[in-house]
Amino acid sequence: MDVLVCLKRVPLAGGTLILTPDSRDIETKHLGFGISPHEENAVEAGVQLVEQMGGTLTLLTLGPSDAEEQLRSQLAIGATRAVLLETDGQDWDPQGTAAALVDAINAEETKFDLIIFGAESADSAGYQIHIRVAHALNRPIITNVKSMKIENGVAVCDRVVASGREHYEVALPAIVTVRDGLNIPRYPSVPGRMQARKKPVDMKKAEPRVPKLEKVNLALAPSKAKGAEILGNGVDAVPALVDVLKKIGAF
Amino acid sequence: MSKLPAKAKCVVIGAGIVGNGMVYHLAKLGWKDIVQIDKGPLPNPGGSTGHASNFIFPVDHSKEMTAITAESMRQYKEFGTFTETGGIEVARTEERMQELARRITSGKSWGVDGGRILTPAEVKELVPYIDESIILGGYYQPTVGVVDSLRTGTIMREKAQEMGALQSFANVEVQDITVENRKVKAVVTDQGTIEADYVVIATGCWSPKLAAMAGAHIPLTPAVHQMKDIGPVPFFKDTKGDIEWPIIRDMDVFMYERQHGTGLEIGSYAHRPILYTPEDLPSNATAALSPTEFAFTQADFDIQDEHAYELMPSIVGDENVREKYAINGILSYTPDGMPILGETPEVKNLWSVAAVWIKEGPGTAKSVAEWMVLGDSHIDLHASNIARFHEHHKEEKHIKSRVAESFNKTYGIVHPLEQYESNRKVRLSPYYEREAALGAVFYETAGWERPFWYDCNKDLVAKFGDKVMPRTAEWESRWWSPIINAEHLQMRETAGIVDLTAFAYFDITGPSALAVVQKAALRQMDVAIGRVVYTPVLGPNGGFKSDLTIMRLDTDHFRVVTGGAHGMADKKWFADLLPEDGSATIKDITSDYTTLGVWGPNARAIVQEVTSADMSNEAFKFSTCKEIDIKGVKVLASRISYVGDLGWEFYVPMADGPALWDALWEAGKNHGLIPVGIGVYGTTGRLEKCYRAYGPELETEYTVVEAGMQTPKLKEADFVGKEAHVKHRAEKPVAMLCTLFVDDHTSSTGEKRYMMGNEPILTLDKQPITDAHGRRSYVTSAGSAPSLGKHILMSYLPTELAVAGNKFIVEYLGDHYPCSIAEVGSTSVFDPSNERILS
Repeated sequence: MDVLVCLKRVPLAGGTLILTPDSRDIETKHLGFGISPHEENAVEAGVQLVEQMGGTLTLLTLGPSDAEEQLRSQLAIGATRAVLLETDGQDWDPQGTAAALVDAINAEETKFDLIIFGAESADSAGYQIHIRVAHALNRPIITNVKSMKIENGVAVCDRVVASGREHYEVALPAIVTVRDGLNIPRYPSVPGRMQARKKPVDMKKAEPRVPKLEKVNLALAPSKAKGAEILGNGVDAVPALVDVLKKIGAF
Repeated sequence: MSKLPAKAKCVVIGAGIVGNGMVYHLAKLGWKDIVQIDKGPLPNPGGSTGHASNFIFPVDHSKEMTAITAESMRQYKEFGTFTETGGIEVARTEERMQELARRITSGKSWGVDGGRILTPAEVKELVPYIDESIILGGYYQPTVGVVDSLRTGTIMREKAQEMGALQSFANVEVQDITVENRKVKAVVTDQGTIEADYVVIATGCWSPKLAAMAGAHIPLTPAVHQMKDIGPVPFFKDTKGDIEWPIIRDMDVFMYERQHGTGLEIGSYAHRPILYTPEDLPSNATAALSPTEFAFTQADFDIQDEHAYELMPSIVGDENVREKYAINGILSYTPDGMPILGETPEVKNLWSVAAVWIKEGPGTAKSVAEWMVLGDSHIDLHASNIARFHEHHKEEKHIKSRVAESFNKTYGIVHPLEQYESNRKVRLSPYYEREAALGAVFYETAGWERPFWYDCNKDLVAKFGDKVMPRTAEWESRWWSPIINAEHLQMRETAGIVDLTAFAYFDITGPSALAVVQKAALRQMDVAIGRVVYTPVLGPNGGFKSDLTIMRLDTDHFRVVTGGAHGMADKKWFADLLPEDGSATIKDITSDYTTLGVWGPNARAIVQEVTSADMSNEAFKFSTCKEIDIKGVKVLASRISYVGDLGWEFYVPMADGPALWDALWEAGKNHGLIPVGIGVYGTTGRLEKCYRAYGPELETEYTVVEAGMQTPKLKEADFVGKEAHVKHRAEKPVAMLCTLFVDDHTSSTGEKRYMMGNEPILTLDKQPITDAHGRRSYVTSAGSAPSLGKHILMSYLPTELAVAGNKFIVEYLGDHYPCSIAEVGSTSVFDPSNERILS
C-alpha cells in the first residue's frame, strides 16, 4: 500500500491576526508555522495504514523552502519520505498549485494507491486542490471523510452531511479528503525527530505558472465580542454565576 | 475595573516575579500609595515569569548572584512555594569535573554547603533513568529546588494590598514616561496618566523600550531559550505533585532535564543565539501563546534531542513518549551577564530592576527596595548597578554581539579572566600602536584595550628563572603568563611604564566643589592645592561604594581619578551629591585624558631627563601633584603609586599622549625602562603592597575598620556613611582583612597549583569559617608576590583568628593547601615601611 499525503505550510495563529502593511498577507513575524489541522488527520491516517498494511507514506507539498520544517515534523511521526516543490514564497492560485502537484505525482515512480488531503487549508480554505488533482488524474474522490478503512483494495468511507451520514466504497486508486474526528493525530517523539532528520526530502524547483487568480488584498473579519465576562471575584461572584448557570439550563 | 489614580508615590510597571517583589518589599519598608500596572492580565501577564522552568541551583561563582539567590530561596520558602528536590550537575569531560569541584568551592565561599561530588553510579542511584556510562560524575546539591513563581508573585502582590499600600491594574499599557528637570514625572497609559515621585521599570525583556520612553537606557536583549516538554513518561506515572526527582543539568551540552508531573522538561542553552528586540515581541492579543513564548524552531534543537537521548535513553528514547509542548521562550540577556539594577543615571527616581531571573527575583526586589527606601541594600549590588555602563555599552551592536558570544556560556566553563572576543578595539589609547608593536597582549576594561603583559619581555622569564613562579597546570596558566611576574621583578630593579588610559576622570568645579568631595570622601579633602588624596567612598551603611584618588587642582577644582570598570558608577555617585543650586558641576573628561605611569627605582632619573621641573623627593613630595613640562608637553604629574615603587602618574590630553610616551620611552632606554602590563599593576604589584581593590576587598558588606583602612583621626566634615562609620570605629571589628601566604602548593597529584581568588579559607580540620555577622572567610584576591617568592591570598578572617602566623587551609578545585597569615591589616608584606615609594 503506497499512500501520498499532500500538505500545506500555514501560519499558526493563536491570537488576533494582523495584516502586512500592503494588506495582501497575514503578518507572520510573530507566528510559528505548521500544517492545517485536517492534514494532521491525513498524515495520521497514512501512518496507520502503512503500520497496518505495510508500504510507504510519501508527503508532498508546494511552498517555500522553509516548508521542509513541516515535512520533517510529519516525517517524525512516521512518514517514509517527502517531496518539496519549492516556490519563491508567493502564494499560488489553486489552478497552479493543483497542476504542479499533478505533474509531481505523475513524475513519481510510485503509483500511489491512495492520495489523502485535508478537507481544506487552514489559511485560504479554498476547497479546490483535491478536486482539481482528482480530475486531472482521473481518479475518484470522496471528500470530508470522517471514517475510513481499506478492505481488499477498496476504500470504505463515511462522510458527514447535513442530512446524516453518507457511505461510500471506492476501488483504489482513489483520492480521499479527511476531516478532524477521523483519528487523533499523534505528536512526534524525540526518536521520531531523530529519524526524520535522516529521511529523504526531495527538493524540486516548482516551475512558476501564470496565475489565473490575483490576490488583491485581505480584510480582517470584524472582531468578535470579548469571549470572557468577569462576573466578580470570590464569593461576591456566586449570585451572578448562579444566574448564568440557570440561564444556560444547568439546573 | 476601577479607574487609575491620577497620582502615586511610586508606579511599578510590571507584574512578573520582579514587579510583584518590588511592590511587596516597598510596602514592607513602609511605602504607601504604590500603583502597579501591567499590560497583560493577572496573574500571568505574559512575560518571562509565565514560562519559566522555575528551578533554582543555589551556587554561582559570583558572590553577588549567590547572595541574591539565597535571599530569594529564603523568601520562596517563607511563602511556601519552594519544593526542595536536589539537583545534580553531571560532567561528560574531565574539564567539567574540575569545574564542578570549583563550583562546590564557590558554594563553600558563599555559604552554600552540602554539595558533593558523586560517582556515575551514585548519580544513577538518585536518578535511575540516566545512562551513567556517558558521564564521569556529578555535583550533587541537595538544596536545589523548584518554585512556583506565579503563585509567589500573587502572594506578594496580595500582601502589599493587605498592607493598604498597593493598587494593581492589569491590562494597562504604558505609552510614555515623562520627565521634568531630569526627574521622572508621570507614567502615561492608554487608560490615563499617573503622576509619580518614583517609577520602577520591572518589565523584563521590554525594559529597554520603557526606559527609552524616558530617555534612559537599560541595555539588554530578549533572547530565546528553547524548551521541550515530553510525556507522559511511564516511569513518572505514579509521581505526585509537580516534582519528585532531582533536576539534572547536563553541563557539557548546556542542557537541563527536569521531571514535571508525568512529563520531562528538556531545556537548552546550546542552540544558536536567537536575539530579538523588544519591538519584535507581539502584544498579548496577537501572540499565539504569550508574548514571550515564540514558536519552537526544531532545527535549532536537533542536536539537543540527541544529547538528551544519550543521557536519558529510557525516557527520551521511548517512541511513545511524545512532545507535549515546546517553545522558544524569551528571556533577558545583558552584555555582561549581570542584572541591571538601580536608579538610571539619566533620570532621577526612575529605577530599573531588569534582567532578573526567577532564582533572583524576590531577593533582588528586596535589595532594590532597600536601596530605594533606605539608600543602600544589605547585599552588595555593585556588579549589577545600572550606572556601570559606559556609553558604548548601551549601543545595540555591543549588546547583541556580547550576548551572542556569551549565550552559549550560560552553562559554560568561564575562566575568571576570560576575555570577550566580540566588539573589541572600541576605545584605543594613544599608545595602542606602540604597544602592539611591543607585543602587548590586550585585555579589555570598559571598552579600552589594555596591555596585560608584553611579549617583548619574554627574555626576562629566562633571566629570573624560578622567581617568576612558573605554572604548569592549564587552568591557572590560562589567561596568564610568567612574563607578568618577570615584568614585576624587572620593574622592581629598574623601571616600568604602564598605560593607564582606562582610568575614568571627572572634574568637580565651582564654589561648592569642596563640599561635594568632602561629602563623598572618608578622608579629609580640605587640603592644600596640589595634594593628592586616596580615599574610600562610603555608602550610608558605612560600607564601601568605591575607592579612588582625588587631586585638589585649585581652590574650587577637584579631579577625581578612578578605575574604568567602576568609573561610571562613581560618576553617578558624585553627580548625585551635587547641590541643586548649581554651585558645583561635574564634567566627565574620561575620553579627553590619558595617563601613563612610570615606577621603579630608576623612575626619577628617567623623568628628570625629560623635564626641567625638580623631581627630587624634597621638591616633589609623595601624595602631591603639579603641572610640569615633559619635552614641551604640559603634563599633570602626580606622585602616587599602586605598585609599591617610586614614581608618578602623568595625565595629558589624548592628543599629547604619543609625545609623552616617546619622551619617556627614549629617556628610559639608558635606565632599563620596560613596558609593564596591567598584570603587574592590578595584581602582583598591588598584592605585594596589600593594597585593597574595590570589588574584591572593598564592598558594601565590609567596613573601613575591618579593611584596616581607618584614619587615625576622623575628619570633622560630614560625609556619606559617617554615622555608621563612627559606630564601626567604636566597635570591635568582627573580622579583619588579612594577607596570607600559601605554605605548600603541592596538589594531591603532586602538581604545584596557584589559587585565583574566591576560594574558601577553612580551619585546619577543613571546616568553613564564619564570622559573627555570618560572613564566610574566602579569598578576596589571589596572586603572585614575585619579590617575595610567595603566592598571596587576601581574606577577611574573624578577629579572634586574625593573628599573624595562624594557620589555615585553602580549598582550590577540591584540593586542600596549607596557608598562614603573614599580615593582619593593611601593612604591606613587601617594603612595609614604604621606603621605595617615599625615597
